[in-house]
Amino acid sequence: MDYEKLINCMRCGMCLPHCPTYRETFLETASPRGRVALVRMFREGELDISDRFLEYLSLCLDCQACASACPCGVNAGELVAEFKCERKEREGLSFMEETILRRLLPHPDRLEKSVGPVRLYQQSGLQHVVRRLGILKMFPPSLERMDGLLPPLPKRPLRRTLQEITAAAGEERGAVGFFLGCVMSLVFSEASLATVSLLSLLGYRVVTPKSQKCCGAPNFLAADREGLRDLARYNTNLFNSFDIQFVVTDCGGCGAELKRYRNHLDHDEQASLFSARVRDIGELLAARVDDLAPLLKRLPVKVTYHDPCHIAHSQGIRQEPRRLIEMIPGIDFREMAEADACCGSAGTYNISKPEMSDRVLQRKVDNIRKTGADFLVTSNPGCLLQLRKALASGEPNIRVLHLTELLMMSLSGLDPG
Amino acid sequence: MQQSLIREMRAVVGESHLLTDRESLACYKYDSTPELESLPSAVVLPGNEEEVLRIVGLCHDAGIPVTPRGSGTNLSGGSIAAAGGVVVQTSRMCRIKEVDEENLTATAETGVLTSALHREVEAKGLFYPPDPGSMNISTIGGNVAENSGGLRGLKYGVTADYIMGLRTVLPYGELLVTGGKAVKNVAGYNLNDLLVSSEGTLGIFTEVMVKLIPKPLRKKTMLVHFPVLEQAALTVSRIIAARIIPATLEFLDRVTIKCVEDYAHVGLPLDVDAVLLIEVDGHPMVVEDEAAAIRTICEQHQASYFQVAETAEDALKLATARRVALSALARVKPTTILEDATVPRSCIAPMVKLIQETARKHNVTIGTFGHAGDGNLHPTCLTDERDREEIARAHRAFDEIFEAAIAMGGTITGEHGVGMAKKKYLSKLVGEAGIRVMRGIKVAFDPKGMLNPGKIV
Repeated sequence: MDYEKLINCMRCGMCLPHCPTYRETFLETASPRGRVALVRMFREGELDISDRFLEYLSLCLDCQACASACPCGVNAGELVAEFKCERKEREGLSFMEETILRRLLPHPDRLEKSVGPVRLYQQSGLQHVVRRLGILKMFPPSLERMDGLLPPLPKRPLRRTLQEITAAAGEERGAVGFFLGCVMSLVFSEASLATVSLLSLLGYRVVTPKSQKCCGAPNFLAADREGLRDLARYNTNLFNSFDIQFVVTDCGGCGAELKRYRNHLDHDEQASLFSARVRDIGELLAARVDDLAPLLKRLPVKVTYHDPCHIAHSQGIRQEPRRLIEMIPGIDFREMAEADACCGSAGTYNISKPEMSDRVLQRKVDNIRKTGADFLVTSNPGCLLQLRKALASGEPNIRVLHLTELLMMSLSGLDPG
Repeated sequence: MQQSLIREMRAVVGESHLLTDRESLACYKYDSTPELESLPSAVVLPGNEEEVLRIVGLCHDAGIPVTPRGSGTNLSGGSIAAAGGVVVQTSRMCRIKEVDEENLTATAETGVLTSALHREVEAKGLFYPPDPGSMNISTIGGNVAENSGGLRGLKYGVTADYIMGLRTVLPYGELLVTGGKAVKNVAGYNLNDLLVSSEGTLGIFTEVMVKLIPKPLRKKTMLVHFPVLEQAALTVSRIIAARIIPATLEFLDRVTIKCVEDYAHVGLPLDVDAVLLIEVDGHPMVVEDEAAAIRTICEQHQASYFQVAETAEDALKLATARRVALSALARVKPTTILEDATVPRSCIAPMVKLIQETARKHNVTIGTFGHAGDGNLHPTCLTDERDREEIARAHRAFDEIFEAAIAMGGTITGEHGVGMAKKKYLSKLVGEAGIRVMRGIKVAFDPKGMLNPGKIV
């Protein structure tokens, strides 16, 4: 890692009030400034890599709120992630990581088959029994948490049911590629169907290559640079082989990763071309407001919006989703406090660091409830999973929707009741 | 440090609020001051005043130095444990206890962030004016310790002008309560004034009571370009002479303008000496009158560009250049040394010229921005700490700049404090008599010399 990136930090502390873990603890070691200092001191030979050192670094959510706040361009979240990557390169992957990252995720067929038993578990009534009897309490806590997070899975993943070419509704004005994203395809296929419908309605022919693979964000999280590069190369070549204007995704995490492919592949021509074409669905729709607005019908509901970290901080997309929501006739949009604060999902952080994740989540839930909204809208599956679970308990009931689901509701004149 | 003291302190604040591990201590050796560091032996995060009293008492009895710390954004080494010992971080004490709308006071624990206090009182149509650049992270306790200023200083004053009362833990573990809600109070020596800007050397604040004023009804923002520096400076003087006191009167010099334009592309011309950001606030009719008068004065002094914001959104856009000035400067090179030299308003033009001359002479890059209205300038050196030679030249340049500021009747620090960083200049400013009196005061509060040693005098 470039030492210069580490000394760029002028220790002004502007990152501290935006860091979810600093807000919870007030500890310098749980702040971006502190984490940059730790890595720097290691590089300067002042500190060794102890268990505690690693523990402090691993508390970072990599939400990148610090990067948005930093006056001099330091991305503390990224620096910590890079440091972990460098270490990983020396150590190699664990058995679990090898299994998931190399044997499962890059093979969509295998991944979808592996989820089959979970679907059975949910739909057969077994999950209900397990929960009633509290059986999961006998297992490591992470299992119970995972069970709690997963909503009912759709019968089939979208990758299998969506045809490779979706025609434009009416006059075709161009073609776009659609990047499915593993979690969206497996868990939130309704929302992605809404995404594809919106694209089609706006005159795009939607190309969804069936052989596309995972974007590689889990590899990045596990500091598996080699696996990430392989996936980047594969997806870049695949999508570049089609004559498309944009590569559209409705998953914030994927969007951020796809835009980084040019960095992962050393800015070569193909990767740069690919990354330049990537669009978050909110970004793309906001550029077409004039065509979208006439299609929207009255939807008099109270809505608030949560900025996913990978959309606001990583991609700088904040105004576009709000513009889209406020365009809906009759909508009552309420801005929540700390809208761009992390929800605590942070990849698998909500499994690996449950206490801090819960604290960060609670703060977000309090902010959501204070708005009095009936609907929480966001556009990242990690956030959708996390917030659906959190808002399911507690009064009043707040429904959690993807941005595209809200827009489809307005489009179809659907009664939200 | 004695294990018995550690055990006793742990019993007061709890396991998770006492840090002695190597990695934690390493993260508390710095604040926002470049190049200054010193390792503490322990860090304590008390949750309330009682815990602060007990911790300070324990350390006093054991003869261990104590250094108070808010968010650690001090710019003169004030939060650094210069003699080791225990750092007491006040951040957990962050409740706003009361906003009294009848008496126009707000009472807050000292760990409250200044911007949080702003939000709380502004929601009630009230106003706590001091707005230091660090307000989103600095604590009100830290602001009191440093007598922090900010952009609104010219019109509204600084932190010291708003302190009604304090609760202070004295170095030997006793509580001192000063001031209160009475608007006028002349009983005894004015201890509030003495404690404000004492930089954590006379006591640790646990609670602050501030004075509030009504929130101004309207605000107007203007951005003005001046090809000639002296004309910009004259404009500032003429505005004051016209009995207009703007809420904000900010200045960017040529070096800063170039950095801002390179970074933010806001359409600043690269061939002007100065850009002024002016804000007037108050009753809507007064705001209109003042803005019109300011426009006239600017035009009379060869302003090449004058723009008034019509909406709040426009105002934000216009203010961008000033808001991102530090960011733009900080991105040019790895190390940024932000300084603080204040001169009487009438000396702004010669001071800025001198800073530019001195930078050229020592072959370093210094951009100057700051509060033209009250003469508080921030010459900022863009350098690389790995180049020790350049760092030495930068220090020599700043030495000359501070000498010049003193010679012009100004001071070495308008806002950032003396701390460790500016001790060597203090006697030049306050004289030997001043130093003697200050040392006497220090001894009166802290006979053992164990609270934040090595700072100020």
